[in-house]
Amino acid sequence: MKRFPASRRTISLVAVLALLAAAFGYVALRSGPFTPIPVTVTTVESKAIAPSLFGIGTVEARYTYRIGPTVAGRVKLVHVNVGDMVEAGQQVAEVDPVDLDDRIASQEASLKRAQSSVLAAEAQVRDGAARKTYAETQARRYDELQQKQFVSEEADEAKRQEHQIALANFDAANANLNAARQDIARLRADRDGLIQQRANLRLVAPVNGLVVARDAEPGTTVVAGQAIVEIIDPTSLWVNVRFDQSRAFGLRADLSTTIVLRSQAHKTISGHVARVEPRADAVTEETLAKVVFDQTPEHLPPLGELAEVTVALPELAAAPAVPNAAIKHLDGKTGVWVIEGDALTFVPVRVGASDLDGRVQILEGLKVGDRVVVYSRRDINAHSRIKIVDSLTGNKP
Amino acid sequence: MISLAGRDILHAWGKFVFTGVGLGLLIGVTLTMAGVYRGMVDDAKVLLSNSGADLWVVQKDTLGPYAESSSLYDDTYRGILGMPGVARAANVTYLTTQVRHGDRDVRAMVVGILPNGPGEPGYLVAGRQITRSHYEAVADIATKFKLGERIQIRRNRYTVVGLTRRMVSSSGDPMVFIPLKDAQEAQFLKDNDAIINQRGRTAANPAFNRPGVPGLLDAVIASQSGNPFVNAVLVQIKPGFTAEEVADPIRRWKRLQVYTRAQMEEILVAKLIATSSKQIGMFLVILAIVSAAIVAFIIYTLTLGKIREIAVLKLIGTRNRTISSMILQQALGLGVIGFVVGKISATFWAPMFPKYVLLEPGDAARGFIATMVICALASVLAIRAALKVDPAEAIGG
Repeated sequence: MKRFPASRRTISLVAVLALLAAAFGYVALRSGPFTPIPVTVTTVESKAIAPSLFGIGTVEARYTYRIGPTVAGRVKLVHVNVGDMVEAGQQVAEVDPVDLDDRIASQEASLKRAQSSVLAAEAQVRDGAARKTYAETQARRYDELQQKQFVSEEADEAKRQEHQIALANFDAANANLNAARQDIARLRADRDGLIQQRANLRLVAPVNGLVVARDAEPGTTVVAGQAIVEIIDPTSLWVNVRFDQSRAFGLRADLSTTIVLRSQAHKTISGHVARVEPRADAVTEETLAKVVFDQTPEHLPPLGELAEVTVALPELAAAPAVPNAAIKHLDGKTGVWVIEGDALTFVPVRVGASDLDGRVQILEGLKVGDRVVVYSRRDINAHSRIKIVDSLTGNKP
Repeated sequence: MISLAGRDILHAWGKFVFTGVGLGLLIGVTLTMAGVYRGMVDDAKVLLSNSGADLWVVQKDTLGPYAESSSLYDDTYRGILGMPGVARAANVTYLTTQVRHGDRDVRAMVVGILPNGPGEPGYLVAGRQITRSHYEAVADIATKFKLGERIQIRRNRYTVVGLTRRMVSSSGDPMVFIPLKDAQEAQFLKDNDAIINQRGRTAANPAFNRPGVPGLLDAVIASQSGNPFVNAVLVQIKPGFTAEEVADPIRRWKRLQVYTRAQMEEILVAKLIATSSKQIGMFLVILAIVSAAIVAFIIYTLTLGKIREIAVLKLIGTRNRTISSMILQQALGLGVIGFVVGKISATFWAPMFPKYVLLEPGDAARGFIATMVICALASVLAIRAALKVDPAEAIGG
């Protein structure tokens, strides 16, 4: 009954078996249910948080002038092209007047004819006046002759009647003259009206601006109110921004913002909130606001370009804050995992404001100095075995 | 009493150990195959756990959102929030797509979530949760994205702000979480060429492009480019309610399909991954049978190789029991070494698989018992052969 001889063979065999056993032990501990979950931990600090709001919007012009005729017509000329700068009063397009010019000429002719009619009426008035004076004189003379019994009463009556007729004729001539003058006024007004209409077909720019659209070409028939060219005021560009309603609290006018245009992603442009729209978008659940540039950008962004807008809200008083990765939801409660000694406890908390870097203020439930779990390799629960490490991804977070 | 088995092993321990290692690698493959199967089922389950939902509200008569496509209007959740027992409800979208980063693209499931809503990844390993309502992403670490990298999903670029782990779709694709609004857009958004073609097609339709109705075409195009749909509404229920109590009224009054966790698991495991898991399962069975056969043959041939020595033992009057126990001990020893090597190798190569391989301790235990039983059975064959040996062979043959 002797033991195995402690030969080299035995030693090598034992060594190989021991190695296997060690590797197995390592594997069992590292990959089974007994493996501790690596977690990272942070200490709750009191921090002032500067919350910000983030929204996206499109560049729009505050004032857009859509210039078109007030009556249906055919476009005759378009004088400007997209990209042209125009001045207030500059003609930008013209609608075909069709027969308007001929009608004006006709009115002119009528006017001239009416002026001749006035001359004729004036001549009639003079004629009437002469007849009236003569009849008056004749009537007076016959009156005197009749008193001296030189002429019969009948002859006197006749002269008096002639005088009456001459008076009436004179009044009629005067009335004719008035009518002829009124006619002139009417024809002149008619002609002026046509000239106005004619001028109305020449479309002019109401302001200094930039042509952004040329919607109709010469020959196109447009209906009343349809735009032929669109002009914007380039100094009035703003961003129509949409903020998710659930994170739009505190948005108000005059807050300063940074704007990043999609075409210039590396550059931030400063601006401020011009107004928050009183009417939100009920379908997309977004609050709308207009953000203006503090300085008109050197290179005008195209209308409709996408812009990211970050609105800085006033800094809040310091309060215990944790990273938002630490906030967990368990059984309908919001809370964090607090480490006391080796024990893990889920502490329900009430969360307050948060900033865009992911720091969340805790209004209730935590105090400064508490150690809370931030990152974990798996979901953890109260019975989890944990191992505290610096980082879970190798590099520092 | 000396250990015959130990002596024999020591006599040719290299051969013994290497046979054990070879056997071990085979057992390792079998264990890995079991792990692949478990991983597949686990992927499906982890998808459900990670969504954080108790109920899934999807389009009526569909098996959505994972097994079938489902689309709901994005304001449906408002009505669901008002149902009894609903604590939180949030829209969610799922889209499996290629996520581009530089020259590389990664197949990923893009999940649209509401920040702070159910559906948000439950734990992170680095970075933070999404705080902006647009253009931020939290990615599974398996995508190999790093914090701060810019990735492209369809047209838009997103900044990776957080990393998580084990967030996969039922087919094992890593998840990328982005804000819901962006995800809705990503799901619907066609490429620019398609959009322009669609506009052209609409403009060519005389019903939409009528000369007398300016603005109609624009209105039609605008109405074509909206996407008020989501794939599902995730619901968390209030404590004190059972899932069915909450699900029933929604099914009845909202006329939507509602799945509880158990039903969803049934859909995923029994329907979605049924064929592929059966495929793996079949392979596992064959592999197990082949392994068992190989183990048996190895032990049998090992014993046959020692026929002369056994005959000598018999000649010097060793009892049959001693010989049998020697063979049995050797067989079991081989089994133990094989199992240990198999377990170690499986554990080490499992993480190298592109998809998740879950090595369950239960499977390991079952594997150990199976190995021992097979070894014992195989040794019975060998023992029978050994006992039939004629001691005369020691001198003769």
